[in-house]
Amino acid sequence: MQSLQKLTSRFVPLRIENVDTDQIIPARFLKATTKTGFGKNLFRDWRYENDDETKPKADFVLNQPQYGGEILVAAKNFGCGSSREHAAWSIQDYGFKVVVSSFFADIFKNNALNNGVLPVTVSDAFLQEIFALGADDTLTVDLEAQTITINSTGSSEKFEINSYKKTCLLNGYDDIDYLLNMKAEIEAFEQTRK
Amino acid sequence: MGKTLFEKIWDQHVVKQIEDGPSVVYIDKHFIHEVTSPQAFSGIEKRGAKLFRPQQVVATADHNVPTMHQELPIKDALSKFQVDTLIDNCKKHGVELYGLGHKYQGIVHVIGPELGITQPGMTIVCGDSHTSTHGAFGSIAFGIGTSEVEMVFASQCIMQTKPKVMRINIDGELKNGVVSKDIILYIIAQISASGATGYFVEYAGSAIRALSMEARMTICNMSIEMGARGGMIAPDQTTFDYIKGRLFAPQGADWDAKLSAWKELYTDADAKFDLEINIKAEDIDPMITYGTNPGMGLSVRGTLPTVESFKDVTEKQNYEKALQYMGLKAGQSLLGMPVQHVFIGSCTNSRIEDFRLVASIIKGKQKDPNIKTLIVPGSQEVAKQIKAEGLDKIFADAGVEIRQAGCSACLGMNEDKIPAGEYCVSTSNRNFEGRQGAGARTLLASPLTAAAALLTGKITDIRDII
Repeated sequence: MQSLQKLTSRFVPLRIENVDTDQIIPARFLKATTKTGFGKNLFRDWRYENDDETKPKADFVLNQPQYGGEILVAAKNFGCGSSREHAAWSIQDYGFKVVVSSFFADIFKNNALNNGVLPVTVSDAFLQEIFALGADDTLTVDLEAQTITINSTGSSEKFEINSYKKTCLLNGYDDIDYLLNMKAEIEAFEQTRK
Repeated sequence: MGKTLFEKIWDQHVVKQIEDGPSVVYIDKHFIHEVTSPQAFSGIEKRGAKLFRPQQVVATADHNVPTMHQELPIKDALSKFQVDTLIDNCKKHGVELYGLGHKYQGIVHVIGPELGITQPGMTIVCGDSHTSTHGAFGSIAFGIGTSEVEMVFASQCIMQTKPKVMRINIDGELKNGVVSKDIILYIIAQISASGATGYFVEYAGSAIRALSMEARMTICNMSIEMGARGGMIAPDQTTFDYIKGRLFAPQGADWDAKLSAWKELYTDADAKFDLEINIKAEDIDPMITYGTNPGMGLSVRGTLPTVESFKDVTEKQNYEKALQYMGLKAGQSLLGMPVQHVFIGSCTNSRIEDFRLVASIIKGKQKDPNIKTLIVPGSQEVAKQIKAEGLDKIFADAGVEIRQAGCSACLGMNEDKIPAGEYCVSTSNRNFEGRQGAGARTLLASPLTAAAALLTGKITDIRDII
């Protein structure tokens, strides 16, 4: 897993609530057996007319050239629905390192963290401040300090992350590295249940 | 202070609590399928690790499989490759596979319970959000991502933060024509598609106690549609009667020992929930959804909300976006609206009881000539039972074909899709944009409401025809 410490970037504003993982990556793209290459199909049916890559929908934010950067900002309940980790893989493969929302669905949040994509939960008010910004504004996400800052206004908010997950992300380890080192404890636990 | 059902099972499975971090939770059963497992198998191989407890993993092929001519090779090359990869991986790593052509094959959340693998007090995971289904047996069951599938492969454990607990009490008697699917669609409409995020839900109350296991599974299945980590129901005599004698159910002295442990699985009278919701069964009508998330549902006799009823600008825009996608108007009624498709199937409603319900409505009648159907049993066992009970004859006489087992048009990964712009009354669990095919318009409902649409070609209140 890639580590993440501090990121300053422009952002892509997705003013849609309840973005489900079927929109992030439609089921027909789940037939792959590897984790790579999903970025080109991120938000596929919102991005293209009739599934045709030569016909981008002008009103969809990923097709608007003024927006860009490594931070995706979405309205509340982002990542609901299917548990498909392909959603996190496609967001990462497209080039996003951080997703900001006022509310995340549980499974997506875990999937993102397990792939080195940081979900940052902000207040509704702060989300509205971000949505009110221009396309050239930048945000700074500092994982060590657990802060997100709007650089043009200096407005800043703390975000929550448990210290275990924070350490994993800062250093680029994952849960499996941890669990593989716990085998003796797990075997002992199994014995107590027999 | 007493413990909730959830806490009793959770506490029995915590191997270690990481300071200011998640718990390491032991997993009793791990179900896998072809779509969310290949990257976990390759991940574990890349680490040079082996499956820690392969005998606690059960595999099936369901998401990608065709529902006609399963005896022939799968036509779609990518689907075939994914299903073949599952076969190879299971062989290589010593995992039991009920694959295509096997007599136990079917939707993972249908076969686990029907084979008696799912039992009270267990922790169960699967790389599929509808794993919550198994909670109907009084187990902690939840969906996980592929990294977590790999985690369970490596250690038979998962890292999870302990969720909050919510109890939803449904007391009283259901009205005629109202079934468990209506209960869960009603709950989600009340608390929204995100209303239970961060919680594990226990369903309780007299209306829940009165339900069969199949009906309880339908409710627990859709817990994820309100954001819940999972849903569960305390086991009782209905649960024990269902499990007894099934293929992998405990036998003899083991049964007696397990049974006495299962009888301890209930929420203590003095246990505390973080949130409690009370619902009167009498308030629930046959339900149908009108929008693009499962929280956008109403009584089949209701009218869609007005745009003005949404105060927040983003909410208003989202509602208008959903209306536009669905081709519907604010304030309108759905009753009598023509539909083109009926899908009966999915891990929500593809069990034998669902087919009995539908058969009871369509018996001796003809389907509407304009309706196209996808009627898909949840497993080979369900299909066998349909034949054994002669229900196949009732469907055939009504002009309706029964397909072979799989997830089918619930998510449109195989060729079973709804064309763009057309309406489908569906017994599945998600009405997201494009879920049943690009541009497809899904109206979620119970098997009874689906049967009514099948006969009339329109959205119909089942109570008008029974």
